Amino acid sequence: MSLLDVTDLTVGFDTEDGHVHAVKEISFSLEEGEILALCGESGCGKTVTAMAVPRLLPPHTTRLSGSIRLGGRELTTLPEPLMRQVRGSEVSVVFQEPMTSLNPSFTVGFQIAEVLRRHENLSRAAARGRAVELLELVGIPAPAQRIKEYPHQLSGGMRQRVMIAIAVACSPRVLIADEPTTALDVTIQAGVLDVFRDLRDRLGTAIILITHDLGVVADIADRAVVMYAGRAAEQAPVEELFARPRHPYTLGLMRALPAAAVAGPAGRRRLAEIPGMVPSPLTDPDGCAFHARCPRRQDDCLAARPPLVRHGPAHLAACFHPGHPGEQP
Amino acid sequence: MADQMTVPVGAVPAAGPAERRRRLWRRFRRRPMPMTGLVLVAAFLLLALVGPLVTGDPVTQDYAATLAPPSAAHPMGTDDLGRDALARIASGARISLQAGVLSTLVAMAAGIPIGLLAGFYRRWLDPLVGRLVDVTLAFPFLVFAVGLAAIIGPSLTGVVLALGFAQLPAVIRITRGEVLAIKEMDYVSAAIADGATDGHILLRYVLPNCAGPLIVQATVAIPTAIIGEATLSFLGLGVQPPTPSWGVMLTVAQQYLDVAPWLAIWPGVLIALATLGFNLLGDGLRDVLDPRSGL
Amino acid sequence: MTEPVLQIDSLVKHYGQVRAVDGLSLTIGQGEVLGLVGESGSGKSTVGKCVLRLTEPTSGTIALGGRDVTHLSRRAMRPLRRDVHMVFQDPYSSLNPRFSIEQIVSEPLLRHKLARGREAAERVAAMLEKVGLRTEMMTRLPHELSGGQRQRVGLARALILEPKLVVADEPVSALDVSVQASVLNLITDLQRDMGFSCLFITHDLSVVEFLADRIAVMYLGRIVETGPTAELFAGPRHPYTQALLSAAPVPDPVKARERRRIVLGGDVPSPLDPPAGCRFHTRCPLAFDACRTVEPELADPRSGAHPAACHLVTAEHRPDAAVPGRTIGY
Repeated sequence: MSLLDVTDLTVGFDTEDGHVHAVKEISFSLEEGEILALCGESGCGKTVTAMAVPRLLPPHTTRLSGSIRLGGRELTTLPEPLMRQVRGSEVSVVFQEPMTSLNPSFTVGFQIAEVLRRHENLSRAAARGRAVELLELVGIPAPAQRIKEYPHQLSGGMRQRVMIAIAVACSPRVLIADEPTTALDVTIQAGVLDVFRDLRDRLGTAIILITHDLGVVADIADRAVVMYAGRAAEQAPVEELFARPRHPYTLGLMRALPAAAVAGPAGRRRLAEIPGMVPSPLTDPDGCAFHARCPRRQDDCLAARPPLVRHGPAHLAACFHPGHPGEQP
Repeated sequence: MADQMTVPVGAVPAAGPAERRRRLWRRFRRRPMPMTGLVLVAAFLLLALVGPLVTGDPVTQDYAATLAPPSAAHPMGTDDLGRDALARIASGARISLQAGVLSTLVAMAAGIPIGLLAGFYRRWLDPLVGRLVDVTLAFPFLVFAVGLAAIIGPSLTGVVLALGFAQLPAVIRITRGEVLAIKEMDYVSAAIADGATDGHILLRYVLPNCAGPLIVQATVAIPTAIIGEATLSFLGLGVQPPTPSWGVMLTVAQQYLDVAPWLAIWPGVLIALATLGFNLLGDGLRDVLDPRSGL
Repeated sequence: MTEPVLQIDSLVKHYGQVRAVDGLSLTIGQGEVLGLVGESGSGKSTVGKCVLRLTEPTSGTIALGGRDVTHLSRRAMRPLRRDVHMVFQDPYSSLNPRFSIEQIVSEPLLRHKLARGREAAERVAAMLEKVGLRTEMMTRLPHELSGGQRQRVGLARALILEPKLVVADEPVSALDVSVQASVLNLITDLQRDMGFSCLFITHDLSVVEFLADRIAVMYLGRIVETGPTAELFAGPRHPYTQALLSAAPVPDPVKARERRRIVLGGDVPSPLDPPAGCRFHTRCPLAFDACRTVEPELADPRSGAHPAACHLVTAEHRPDAAVPGRTIGY
């Protein structure tokens, strides 16, 4: 049994335009101290998948099935009051936009202490002391001064560190980070990624990292799930994934990066394109969702949906034509 | 990256103008509240435009029946002078519609250009317009209506001007706010970079993109003006007897509340329904008119 | 030698107290793509806006094709706008939501009275084809298009007059990787076919490495290093460029974990009050005394190498002990 087991998770939303199939039959597990990346492009369902764990999806329009077990406890059927305790103390979330996630009218120290006082019943003084420790943990210099400052006095990178400090205040077992560095500059991003690595190393926190950036995946994740149109296209340890991508979508994403073209032969450089568009989430056709854009498309891709098949230790890919393992990205 | 929680843009099927209108209508039709509003407004328009043609003369007196309760001859009863209440309601609807629409037109005609220019030439014109709006707001429109009545005599024209004036600040504010937001859009920068003149940008880029909120504002302004007309006429500052207006009818009705309550009920209920109808319609239009709402 | 298509000299733009651009010079030659790279707050977008006169420079000069346009009135500027166009970052706000695609792309034609009616429609159709859009798109509204398609429309609008210079401000940053790839390919193809010069503004090093001939790196309103793309990437000379390159995400787990990243201390200082001396000294791992007082010039001491505004490069104030640090990270 893993720390977190997600099995056959399917999430849909009822909208005015019809039923949106956001996530379909996703299964993955997360071990203690592991950094798992959920990656893919806009609308692939990576955020919905992750937000289903702390049940942060709009309750009235969401249709969810499957199982989410955290430390053996089923979360999908947990009563809301118990779930509220799980959120924050066992699973917590860092969002993309640090400015809108912090309350502008309170000091950062107060906001961290508030979480501690609510979840851990610490005294005011103890909470304050812990807040300073937490800011230090996330690499904020002069934390004793910083706790007196308001969010607008901090830079974007510092705000994101404060958000991480709040998220790990109660030592959650699972930390979900939704594009935590997307709004940040590269020189700042590197430091924030180091904070996540550090948290994992020092506290053993398991992290689900939602990102569109394969560079971030390569940098910090242990394992990655590549999602396409609501389903897992491929899942593998990161070194394996980048060395031997088996799904044509994964391969396409890697070849589409400008860095890939630059690394290639000099002269007339071109990026590999993935033609066409993501299929509408209002439909859920029987065949492979990627077939219309796929260079390896055959007749069987339309006839049936390719299941996730094992291609090596812990390496799964949902493709009838997974190519040769030696094919380089 | 776009928000993953929403339907990606690629999912919106393409459409020509006709299909676009159909889809707009389909989305509108599916909502119960705006549809109720549309039905109420349509009924009001029908009453105002066709009603007076079929209900007969609103000033003809039936001396045999004064303060008569509703009957076959007079479906809504008669008033103290034996005039048919249904005919007066229908004619009153026409007055209400005129007051509502004309005063809103007055407010829009004056307010939109002022708001456009104030928002666009923020540095020099805006402070001036800001003061003007403040002064207007500080000036109770009843005082203005009394003044107008004193100058041109109590009349529908006075009502329209007074109500138009009262609605002016709201129109200026909404227009100005929209302009400030639209001015920051890259498509306006693109137009400037193309060498577009200010006039072209205002008319082709800024104004059309303010249209949605302004149409919604109009649907709020019309019922406000209907109530305003009734109020002014009720106070004797508006439409004068014997011309029937819902406000005038209420003035008369209050003297006979105990013997002929229907005289107060008909105009009262109709004012409420017409107002409700426009407001519901406005809410629905607000949701549907935004071109980015995925339609 | 022919006149440069764009020549910016000592450009300064202050928004109130904010010194967005603070003495910047650059030139772009005919058919050249210059990548202007910087992080948020570096002032890179302001440079683009000044070139198009979307904002008025505080001082300095901007010359298009040898002609000083800094102080031209809007009316006098108008005919020159045929030759300079812009592509914006946000595919959602850069197209008028009330216009059809045809109207959007034909606007520049109508404005400069180059075509009307049927002829305009034909040119729009041809242009759309060039940017890879089907002509059925002409009747659509922007919100009916995907982000990538909208960005193609933005390109069509910018290129329909066959301008000499295109200012592209983060044109692919809002797009998904697979869409970004096709738009970048498109830009390189169009640039090669049409031969326009391009000021390509971005925060993404890998994008400019892919398509720029030359790079200029900005930090707090100034250029700190500039040079031919391959040379600058192979041997970055300014510590900020070195840090930027070392921090850029690498989509290869082995390389990403092996390399030594230069982690910069602290945050970018406020452009309200840039540091004295070298603007980078507050975060520079190699800063020494002279950096805190003397502002380094963007000048090249030895022939053959590209210029970088750093005392370690100009050698004038360099203490010998700091030299080995120059190779940090690369």
